[in-house]
Amino acid sequence: MTQYLVEARGVSKSFDGVPALVNGEITLAPGEVLALCGGNGAGKSTFLNILMGLLQRDEGTVRIHGREVNFRSPADALAESIAIITQELSPVPDMTAAENIFLGREPRRGGGLVDHAAMLRNARQLLAELHFDVDAARKMAQLSLAQTQLVEIARAISRNARILIMDEPTSAIGEHETQILFDAIRRLTASGVGVIYVSHRLEELFEIANRYTIFRDGRYITSGNMTEIDRRHLVELIIGHEMPTRSEAAGAKADDAPILLDVEHLSHRQQFHDISLRLRAGEITGIYGLMGSGRSEFLNAVYGIGARNEGVVRLCGTVLPPQRPDRAIAAGMAMVTEDRKDTGLNLEASIRHNISMPVLGSLARFGMIARGREKVLSAGMIKRLSVRASGDGLKVAALSGGNQQKVVVARCLASQPKVLICDEPTRGIDEGAKQEIYQLLRDFAAGGGAVLVCSSEAPELLQLCGSIAIFKKGRLKRFVRAAQSDQRTLLHEASLSLSLEEGEENVHEQ
Amino acid sequence: MSMNSESLRKPGNPALSQFGATARNILQNQGILIVFVLLCVVLTLSSEFFLTWNNWTNIIRQTAINGILAIGVTYVILAGGIDLSVGSVMALCGAVAASFSVTPDHSFIGVALLASLATGFVAGLVNGALTAYLRIPAFVVTLGMLSAARGLTFIYTDGRPISNLSQPFLWFGNGAVLGIPVPIVALAVVFAVCWFVLRYTVFGRHVYAVGGNERAAITNGVRTRRVTALTYIVSGVLASLAGVILTARSTAALPQAGIAYELDAIAAVVIGGTSLSGGKGTLIGTVFGALIIGTINNGLDLLGISSYYQQVVKGLIIVGAVLLDVGRRR
Repeated sequence: MTQYLVEARGVSKSFDGVPALVNGEITLAPGEVLALCGGNGAGKSTFLNILMGLLQRDEGTVRIHGREVNFRSPADALAESIAIITQELSPVPDMTAAENIFLGREPRRGGGLVDHAAMLRNARQLLAELHFDVDAARKMAQLSLAQTQLVEIARAISRNARILIMDEPTSAIGEHETQILFDAIRRLTASGVGVIYVSHRLEELFEIANRYTIFRDGRYITSGNMTEIDRRHLVELIIGHEMPTRSEAAGAKADDAPILLDVEHLSHRQQFHDISLRLRAGEITGIYGLMGSGRSEFLNAVYGIGARNEGVVRLCGTVLPPQRPDRAIAAGMAMVTEDRKDTGLNLEASIRHNISMPVLGSLARFGMIARGREKVLSAGMIKRLSVRASGDGLKVAALSGGNQQKVVVARCLASQPKVLICDEPTRGIDEGAKQEIYQLLRDFAAGGGAVLVCSSEAPELLQLCGSIAIFKKGRLKRFVRAAQSDQRTLLHEASLSLSLEEGEENVHEQ
Repeated sequence: MSMNSESLRKPGNPALSQFGATARNILQNQGILIVFVLLCVVLTLSSEFFLTWNNWTNIIRQTAINGILAIGVTYVILAGGIDLSVGSVMALCGAVAASFSVTPDHSFIGVALLASLATGFVAGLVNGALTAYLRIPAFVVTLGMLSAARGLTFIYTDGRPISNLSQPFLWFGNGAVLGIPVPIVALAVVFAVCWFVLRYTVFGRHVYAVGGNERAAITNGVRTRRVTALTYIVSGVLASLAGVILTARSTAALPQAGIAYELDAIAAVVIGGTSLSGGKGTLIGTVFGALIIGTINNGLDLLGISSYYQQVVKGLIIVGAVLLDVGRRR
């Protein structure tokens, strides 16, 4: 019988008498990738915090390498060769990759001098062994998000971690980078490392994980092999009830519906070229492309928070000037930006103040805000989107990711837009909240609006959209009908590897 | 979405957490009060003059100038900027106002005020335009203005005090409304108006939005550059008002007036709990911050401590007050 790397049973934790986790249980064998699934509030974060020594359990046992442990701090966990890689990366941007990998454990020579040559050599060797395409001498600030992620992993490996916890490692990286990450995971597990993998992107779990463990509402639910479950059943286990069936009508094209958004020949320098598309009332159109395909830059330019130097954007016939989001909002456009913390929300402000932000002008008379009307608006939105919070005076920073995203959507809908632009509308939120946001977008379109949605998750677009525009190297390659397409086709069409395409074409000729 | 915050947000009693938030709020606002009360107790025990009507009118009158400056600086800092130029701008505006008020052939008092306010407005506009539209760091822009406005003051006054000011002008320093000294009335009016603007108007909300997350504010259609520029204008205009009061109180415009006043103003803002990174803070905090600084100055004078030591003590109290604040927020 193989010894488990991690064996935890009956782990419970309460905060002020409120149970956050009851009977938490997982087992992780060497060489295994375990998908830890559950929505926000499922208790998986509490569980992982206990595993990492950030919290102390009230009850239960945790065995690492067969030995019962009781971590008092993250340092204890590190000493037992557990490392965590979170979605919130913490590199020192002005230091090189090598310096970040060996931060706090710099090789020394002489007195207290750092042996930079040895550090760089060691880092290069490590990165080469892991097949990570990162220049150890470059500053972190110059690396892409995916490369930053790889450096974090290299750091964990350099500490001889045998148990790797990855919390949403792909939330900020694209398909291609994800594959690099997965290759790295496969090499690590082949050498006996165990990985606990947390991701809201279910497709990834099916690709990389061997087993799953599901938590829901602070309780352990079940475990099993990934090969013995399909996507639908996994989702149902996570959200605890049956999935809403896909409404086929959503996003379907009505050729006689009025054109709401008309983009003609939009270009900006090297980012995107000559892109034209139209959205009719009732349509949900997707944009699919890899990182660097210009998809986000295009959406930002349409809305006005990014630059464009050629082309015209019309909203219901009104020409929108470049870089004037205020005019776009006034004309009836709203945007769910890619990164809610960076460009979407004022985390320090209350839910109410965030929701009312784009419509303060219309809520005010002589510059004074009609606070009564503001309250009515925010209360209505919170109810409509079922934002779970104790009150709308609560700081947005205190909300879960899913609820924060709902506040973003609420803020967008507050201005009663006709066209909604969404860049990664479900990034980093749990399956239940995802389904709710899908339904909101469908309702919005069914109510006569139009939605332009960009996502790096192909299944999301296939489920949501009528047609999907495929972006590649800053150009709109072609439109596909979602109903007649699948994930493989999308990825293939958007893929940058020209040699592969040519190779396949050759095969066809034979 | 950090693991910590999620676990701390576990299903709680909403009423309880609401109560917690309120309690925290009170404590946060009281932190500054506690410092203030402690200071007063110590000084009352140390000096019999401290707790007298005359002394208090004196403290508040001295606080008025710094308070008005600090209110302007609060706007700038709340929007994520910094204004180092208020001391110099105040001196320049005071000199401009005085130059229109020299007896016997002084202008109508309104002209002096208008000229002074216009000077403050232009200084703020230059600060704001360079910061918001040309994207030069605020620290650099206002440091430049600190030097330039001081130089202009010396040029304008020819390096000499402007004295022999008219009675209507001197009223701003020594007059009273219903028995309350004009500087105190001015501080009260400025506070009331600025507090209202910050709390109840679209502009006020936008100031917090820009300081809290400028990029999100842009996404939400806020004309962030305009808002930023306006905060510097508010600061410049309030500096001109402070300049008029200071000049009237000194009965002359001195070219070297108000040197290092910007530091007291920023200190008041910070002691008052406003975050230097913007988006968080209140005007009532700033006023208390200014009061604390005024009380320290006054108290150390009463205790007969030499002005050299005073500076050291003031420095310690400023850092200590903020340390207390930082500790409480953890």
